Amino acid sequence: MSLEAAVAVHRFGLGARPGEIAAAGPAPKQWLMRQLDSGPGQPQPVDGGAAFLTGGGLVSEFNAYRRNREMERKAGNAPDPVKLFFQVRGAEFQRELAARLALGFTTNRPFAERLVWFWSNHFTVSALNPAAITFIGAFEREAIRPHITGKFEDMLLAATRHPAMQLYLDNATNIGPDSLAGRIAGKGLNENLGRELMELHTLGVDGGYTQADVIALAKILTGWSLERDDGDTGFRYYPARHEPGDIVLRGKTYSGGEEAGIQALKDLAHDPATARHIAKKFAVHFVGDDPPPDSVARLEKSFTQTGGDLRALAETVVNDPAAWTPGPGKMRGPVEFTTAAMRMAGWPRGGEDREKQIRGVAAATKMMGELPMLAPSPKGWPDISAAWSGPDALLNRIEWAKEFGNRVPASADASALAAGALGPLLRDDTRAAMRSASTPGEAVALLLSSPEFQRR
Amino acid sequence: MDRRTILKSALALTVWGAPICFAFADVPGDKRFVVIVLRGALDGLAAAPPHGDPDYKSVRGVLALDNPLDLDGHFGLHPSLTNIKAMWDAKELVLFHNIASPYRERSHFDGQAVLESGGPGHAIGDGWLNRALKPLRLDGGNGALAIAASPPLMLQGPARVSSWMPQAMPEPDMAFLKRVGALYARDAELKASLASAIDTEAKANAAMDDRPRTPEQMAQRMGGYGDLTPLFSGAGRLLAREDGPRVAVLDASGWDTHVNEGAADGALARRLRALDAGLDAMKTALGPAWKKTAVVMATEFGRTVAPNGGGGTDHGTASAAFLFGGGVKGGMVQADWVGLKPGALQDGRDQPPRTDLRALFKGVLGEHMGVSRRDLDGNVFPDSGDVPPASVAFA
Repeated sequence: MSLEAAVAVHRFGLGARPGEIAAAGPAPKQWLMRQLDSGPGQPQPVDGGAAFLTGGGLVSEFNAYRRNREMERKAGNAPDPVKLFFQVRGAEFQRELAARLALGFTTNRPFAERLVWFWSNHFTVSALNPAAITFIGAFEREAIRPHITGKFEDMLLAATRHPAMQLYLDNATNIGPDSLAGRIAGKGLNENLGRELMELHTLGVDGGYTQADVIALAKILTGWSLERDDGDTGFRYYPARHEPGDIVLRGKTYSGGEEAGIQALKDLAHDPATARHIAKKFAVHFVGDDPPPDSVARLEKSFTQTGGDLRALAETVVNDPAAWTPGPGKMRGPVEFTTAAMRMAGWPRGGEDREKQIRGVAAATKMMGELPMLAPSPKGWPDISAAWSGPDALLNRIEWAKEFGNRVPASADASALAAGALGPLLRDDTRAAMRSASTPGEAVALLLSSPEFQRR
Repeated sequence: MDRRTILKSALALTVWGAPICFAFADVPGDKRFVVIVLRGALDGLAAAPPHGDPDYKSVRGVLALDNPLDLDGHFGLHPSLTNIKAMWDAKELVLFHNIASPYRERSHFDGQAVLESGGPGHAIGDGWLNRALKPLRLDGGNGALAIAASPPLMLQGPARVSSWMPQAMPEPDMAFLKRVGALYARDAELKASLASAIDTEAKANAAMDDRPRTPEQMAQRMGGYGDLTPLFSGAGRLLAREDGPRVAVLDASGWDTHVNEGAADGALARRLRALDAGLDAMKTALGPAWKKTAVVMATEFGRTVAPNGGGGTDHGTASAAFLFGGGVKGGMVQADWVGLKPGALQDGRDQPPRTDLRALFKGVLGEHMGVSRRDLDGNVFPDSGDVPPASVAFA
């Protein structure tokens, strides 16, 4: 097995499933790029059951419940249909989370999936905001997955207009104070989306904008909200809520209406500061915590020259020699770490109730400090080793590795599992420690705890 | 021998050569210092309403409180904060208002980085509390503790610190950890982290016999999202130990009230109640050590004075901060109060920053913990010679 194939699977993928390192050779870069031709696929319910609803479908369903609310209230009936909606649909969150993790355990396009994870974290929507819980699965399926090899501006627009983001960053209630609706109801601006859109999604915090620009972008985005009737996307623009008049954002005048918002987002997507911000984040994710300036510069140039083509961006990092140094690199995040273990084991290997098995993994990642779809803030999960290597988090990783080992059957071949997972990246001292273990399970626990498995 | 016995006997001797039982032999004092970071930007006018201000009711609108807990006729506390009010009555609380870090933009993440790094308006690489550990002679072992899976920026830096969270996993198997430790010989980051974890784990075990052992017990202990008492009482019990940490940092998030903030009831009221209950649990757990403890509670910035379109508040500048503890001579408010009229506000919208948060931190580190002015103005808070320590007194 070639070293380059092992690095491809380990650093750009999600950890090797049995036979994957062999499959990646003899042309690992082509193996990576070919995954992008067919896209990342979509998560499916793990234990069967109804298909997941689209964002538009969820909004329509919500509106139906809401219309019932008026009738039920007039009739004096309980429970409140809107509460019922959140109970019924909120329970779907667990199924969505399981499906998302399961796809990571099993996909044969792990590089494409890694890109999904990267962009989902970039455009974080978190279930910590209860209003957004119901829509998070649909958000990744609709706003992120279709765009990982498309244009950044398209992903930015899809993410911003998705009901999940409109709710998560409070733009659904961002109303122009001088608009018709604002004057009648005495409502006003909410700066949350306008600020995070520039600080986190596009320009970056040092990207050149002021508090006045935050207010301007908030005004430009007034009227963007959720569909209140039936609709395909769940998004709707309400002219009566839009702040009237010209609005100046970063020196450029936008003359209002829905089109002004679309144009402002496109301008932000193509701003040089955005190219810099995205290039740095991408390099930190794939190259290392402290990427060489050359790596960042190459990505920035690719982003600028292609007008934010995300396939070209992925290809640029794949072709960056700095991303191929074989030594152990940055710490795997908790979801990456547990996913790599499940892939090594060739999950699923039978057993009832696969969703329950996944819930066990999710509970473990939470103790290690991360749970997908539940990021602590709009900034998303951190992407550097120091965020995951704290004493308590590390102890939880090792203890989980031990629990994982306890479930490895006595007949298992630990050295074959190690070879399948790491190939030539396995170090001699780890191999020796595994050989002196008293059971295959203990050997696997040592393998999972080793620096070369903890890092990628 | 069961796991726990192995754990204790192994640790009594060494942790990879470092004798842990003597880690605190050199500690000069037994004062405790706790910092609670309220992440998300606390609305200081909700937590500590200036209900005596003539403009309070009108500018706060739907957010104005009808019956705050009165402190001095001018300032009060949110009705959820009954335990903090009891500390006021016991003269164990100093309330600061119109206080802010030197950060003047409105990004949560940059704001927290300035607050935690102690930089002069912009973030610097490591945390002020970590840099204070050397003059405190708490940098030799696990003198400082983060109640988190990994230490936050405030405790990152050259000095070794530990981190701890309530566990649901089984107790670690020392023999196995030692073998993993051998694999980390060539990985400095993982090696140091594991050694520190083992040390803290041993102390936590000794401090807590009712440690949860199953995910169910864990869930019960945690009381669901939002219950801060497991974390706060855990911190208190570790700090109470003779050989425990002297400095601790805790996080409490959930203050980013952009919509439906509420007044006496509602989202913010519930969160404040959870915070208040957590503080009481920590005080109880500290036991006699409470009398030696100072706690500072601060946020990255405040929020707009007036409500926004959604019954919430947007990112602002100054807020309130709290200094309390059995070791604090309190019962007063420190606020350079200039009113709530538009002309008095920062950018016409935010609470004005009249006191620098670094002054508060310096006051506690200096007066309570004994860090010299030279260290405070130099290494701990670089370029802060023009920010004198706040005048605070300790028992």
